[in-house]
Amino acid sequence: MSTTLAPAEVDVEQPHADDDSEYDRPWIVIVWNDPINLMSYVTLVFQKLFGYSKARATQLMLQVHNEGKAVVSSGTREKAEHDVARLHGHGLWATMQRD
Amino acid sequence: MWNQLRIERTRDGDYAVRLPEGERELLRRLPEELRAVLELAPEDPALRRLFPRTYEDDQDEAAYRELMGDELLNGRRRALQVLAETAEADRLTAEQAQAWLTALNDLRLVLGTRLEVSEDSLLGDLPDDDPRAPDLALYAYLSWLQEQVIEAMATELS
Repeated sequence: MSTTLAPAEVDVEQPHADDDSEYDRPWIVIVWNDPINLMSYVTLVFQKLFGYSKARATQLMLQVHNEGKAVVSSGTREKAEHDVARLHGHGLWATMQRD
Repeated sequence: MWNQLRIERTRDGDYAVRLPEGERELLRRLPEELRAVLELAPEDPALRRLFPRTYEDDQDEAAYRELMGDELLNGRRRALQVLAETAEADRLTAEQAQAWLTALNDLRLVLGTRLEVSEDSLLGDLPDDDPRAPDLALYAYLSWLQEQVIEAMATELS
């Protein structure tokens, strides 16, 4: 059994859904590219939901558009779930996973 | 009269709407159609895009659906209802404008999924007899209108 004090690289090769670290490792929220949502809309949603500046929101939107996805927020499982739900409410294609 | 913006944020934070009657009729009818699909045909594959998976894990996903599913569905239905009910309005509150934005996006998501649009779907590339032409034109109109709402809102945020 791994402990949270172990070096990070020890855990990397063997992720387990029920691992103890579930409650310690942050979750990340990912937005995926899709052909329907307008670029201006995605930027606006990032600004509204996360309070990002226009420049930061545009940068994230372009990352989604050009690279296919971007991490838009992170934190506890509850926070990530809340963020995903708000993104889904706005029609963005978002998922979450442990970092 | 059309050299004015179709949708414009006013000094008091409302939104002025200048649309011809034919477009308003669409904005009354389309949300009602989507609300009917949500209610009567919730398994319609075109709706899947409105409710994407959150978790890879099936159990986590089921728990998320249990927790958030109704809230997300009700939020969509409310926004569509606001759009239908205010399709005639010359003024929208900020809250109503937000509902327009969400509802227009949902309409585009469902229509775009049905039409299998790609990022560079252009009407100009269609063969003359393509049966999707009317719906693609509708999709293009909704995209244009949504862009007007976004531009009006962006003046507030930038």
